[in-house]
Amino acid sequence: MDLTTLTIDEAAALLARRQISSIELTSAVMDRIRSSEAWVHSFITVTEEVALERARAADERRARGEAGVLLGIPVGIKDVILTKGIRTTAGSKILGQFIAPYNATVTERLLQAGAVCVGKTNCDEFAMGSSTENSGFMITRNPWDLERVPGGSSGGSASAVAARQCLGTLGTDTGGSIRQPAACCGVVGIKPTYGRVSRYGVVAYASSLDQVGPMANNVAGCAHLLAAIAGHDPRDSTSVNRCVPDYAAQLDAGIKGLRVGIPREYFVEGMQPEVEKAVRAAVSTLEKLGAQVSEVSLPHTDYAVPTYYVIATAEASSNLARYDGIKYGLRQDAESLLTMYQRTRATGFGSEVKRRIMLGTYVLSAGYYDAYYLKAQKVRTLIRRDFADVFATQDVIVTPTAPTTAFRIGEKTSDPLQMYLSDIFTISINLAGLPGISLPCGFDAQGLPIGLQIVGRPFEEETVLRAAYAYEQATEWHERRVSGF
Amino acid sequence: MEYEPVIGLEVHAELLTQSKVFCACSTKFGAPPNQHTCPVCLGMPGSLPVLNRRVVEFAIRAGLATGCQIARYSRWARKNYFYPDLPKGYQISQYELPLCLGGAVEIEVDGASKRVRLTRIHMEEDTGKNIHDAHGDASLVDFNRCGVPLLEIVSEPDIRSAQEASAYLRKLRIILQYLEICDGNMEEGSFRCDANVSIRPLGAATLGTKVEIKNMNSFRAVERAVDYEIKRQREVLDGGGRLVQETRLWDPDREVTRSMRTKEFADDYRYFPEPDLLPLEVSDDWVAEVRRTLPELPDTRRQRFVREFGLPQYDAEVLTQRKDVSDYYEAAVRQYRNPKALSNWIMGDLLRLIRERKLDTALVIHDWPVAPERLAAMVELIDSGEISGKIAKAVFDEMVATGKTAVQIVSEQGLTQISDEGTILAAIEQVIAANADKVAQYRAGKDKLFGFFVGQVMKATQGKANPQKLSELLRAKLDA
Repeated sequence: MDLTTLTIDEAAALLARRQISSIELTSAVMDRIRSSEAWVHSFITVTEEVALERARAADERRARGEAGVLLGIPVGIKDVILTKGIRTTAGSKILGQFIAPYNATVTERLLQAGAVCVGKTNCDEFAMGSSTENSGFMITRNPWDLERVPGGSSGGSASAVAARQCLGTLGTDTGGSIRQPAACCGVVGIKPTYGRVSRYGVVAYASSLDQVGPMANNVAGCAHLLAAIAGHDPRDSTSVNRCVPDYAAQLDAGIKGLRVGIPREYFVEGMQPEVEKAVRAAVSTLEKLGAQVSEVSLPHTDYAVPTYYVIATAEASSNLARYDGIKYGLRQDAESLLTMYQRTRATGFGSEVKRRIMLGTYVLSAGYYDAYYLKAQKVRTLIRRDFADVFATQDVIVTPTAPTTAFRIGEKTSDPLQMYLSDIFTISINLAGLPGISLPCGFDAQGLPIGLQIVGRPFEEETVLRAAYAYEQATEWHERRVSGF
Repeated sequence: MEYEPVIGLEVHAELLTQSKVFCACSTKFGAPPNQHTCPVCLGMPGSLPVLNRRVVEFAIRAGLATGCQIARYSRWARKNYFYPDLPKGYQISQYELPLCLGGAVEIEVDGASKRVRLTRIHMEEDTGKNIHDAHGDASLVDFNRCGVPLLEIVSEPDIRSAQEASAYLRKLRIILQYLEICDGNMEEGSFRCDANVSIRPLGAATLGTKVEIKNMNSFRAVERAVDYEIKRQREVLDGGGRLVQETRLWDPDREVTRSMRTKEFADDYRYFPEPDLLPLEVSDDWVAEVRRTLPELPDTRRQRFVREFGLPQYDAEVLTQRKDVSDYYEAAVRQYRNPKALSNWIMGDLLRLIRERKLDTALVIHDWPVAPERLAAMVELIDSGEISGKIAKAVFDEMVATGKTAVQIVSEQGLTQISDEGTILAAIEQVIAANADKVAQYRAGKDKLFGFFVGQVMKATQGKANPQKLSELLRAKLDA
């Protein structure tokens, strides 16, 4: 049996019955990483020794009578999430040798649940990008077609799951960085409601939008991982104190009577026809499963991308000020303080990061603040209101995750605006702080996966997961696996 | 031309909370460098601030004590600039929606009282400290102070002289000390002041060009710097020159201000609401609760001392400079009601001792050399004629040295005053007999010798003779 093809549920069942050990499972995953990583490049750091040690510890915990779905399950963690004692780079040369001095809350919670971290996954530098091409270290390739991008910024997290290099991963999502790569790589990924998961120990990109979420090869896997990391954290003032439901237990309740809104603004000129076709077909499937489908409108959709690029860059310009060569990370010595700052940041940051720092600095500057930042905050309120209006009559909103399937490596690097449009369907959901999932709903003519996005009300992840699960059970897309290498 | 100075002050007061404003690190001063640090106050990647509730409580205290409106909804903001002592590259502060608005501080200069209005009071975090010249060419940074809570107290430009500026600062400091939220130590930097100074032709309605002065580390420095700056600006204008809006540093050695940067090079701090913290909501109940715990403030207390104890203005002023001293005074008066005598003892012997032993460096004195009840008991012994005022000085010293009560000391050392006329007369006769020549001189008109005889009799009675009785009896005897 190839243990790397297991879902989290299947592996958990085998571990519980002692048919396999975590050491066996983790070793199988390590073998798979060794044989595939030269092609895919999912990981910035592979932590084999630590992983095997933790696998052994997980087996011991189980021998002592401990149980738990994640006990002994190998997972990957996006490299913007701090892992104590392990290099955490955020995909940036400026943190190239940075050893995290503490664990992020989500890391801590995964460790408590007994998950085994096999490595730190590649991503766009500071999570800024939609293709993982902005990583300061390597280009991750889409396992379905090595000439194509895995999406981004959590590209390594998505490709690792698709390439069976681990059973689940954590990513972060600021404008679509979990859902869009999940769509590109044919896996499932959920961005929770803002405030559902702690951001403590997650390298900040845009604080009012960032959220950690899981990726796995099916909906149930995401439900288990989300249950482990969600919940209030006193160290993050923006995390919300609400109890966490047992997501996995409610998955198969069905969607009879579920009111599904289809926003007309999300089927736009220029999107790939196969994507639209697959999504429309998915909507019919939901209807057959008992959902009541209606067309709805989110009138401020067009303003989402510009609004996002004002707010996110403003926050980023401030969040990234700490990488100054003084305390940790890269330093380029110079004769004066100012020159040291300039050289360190010029050398340490990549061009997309510099572009966003400059944009953000500009929109916060005296004389421009009202016209850009303040205006963007007002538009953000309008976008949030759009969703609230729709959710007054609908339970979920269904859209494509991205306008196209995975594009070619290098195709959009010279045109940032084209790149920014990859997130056109995901960005509004961050601005509104809502939970959204992406799951496979078909393949295009090149055999590239297509993603379906389901969005829910704030803190109604269970509804989103239930709808996704119902669709997944009714279709076979998620069973299609990458072959070769 | 005649000019009118227009001055506004910005005070930064470090708050005496146990832990920092956004993490659990200690705020203690004087630890080895970088001992009181954690991922949050070091600005490590991924760390997030969590507000210390005590800081808000302290800020509300300050706001209520100065008559501010307490905003039920205020917001945190980031002030962005690069400097090595600022690990995040931004300072968490408050900007467009501060916690306290309005308010005023009453000051008195040359007998005239005046209200200096406050613009606002807001909370923010302190920075670390850069240390130069300690390690060759390199500079070092100590982050112990980074994240220590600060209040920024901004006055309206209501101040018109260096004297008023100083009076305002002293008053503000006393208020914060009464509230027990700031120790007010200017030398250690826990109470810092920047001044905005401009001048305008007397009677003009518009303001002149404003200059900000920094680096004033004592009340004296503030007075000298403001005076210097007023004079400098007057000379520039009288000489036909123009003033530029700039920041100037006070040089205490040369007693001049020097330009640090002009407006064109001023930082653009790019303030925006801090996304890592929720807006601060303060309930009516919370404000009411803080109001209930406010102590009586120095002005009210001073007036009450005059009214209730009949103290002279001067005494009341001195006794209410510190809350602990005025508490001490009240405790003593409660024990034995001779308000003026107790005031004299406290203002004189006790406070001198406090200063000598540097006990007043603490915000609140807990280890008094003599408990207030015991000082009161000693004054009672004087009033009852048990001991003389002169003996009392010795008794007081003995109380401080041994920790014994006055009664104990008096009885152990036999210091009870001699009021018995027979005993005193016997001593007088003895002295007269031994100094026949001096008696003759006195009787011949050398009045000054009276003091000599008093001294001799005192000596003969080991200083215990009741001075009044001694004087009466001696005079009767000599003049007979």
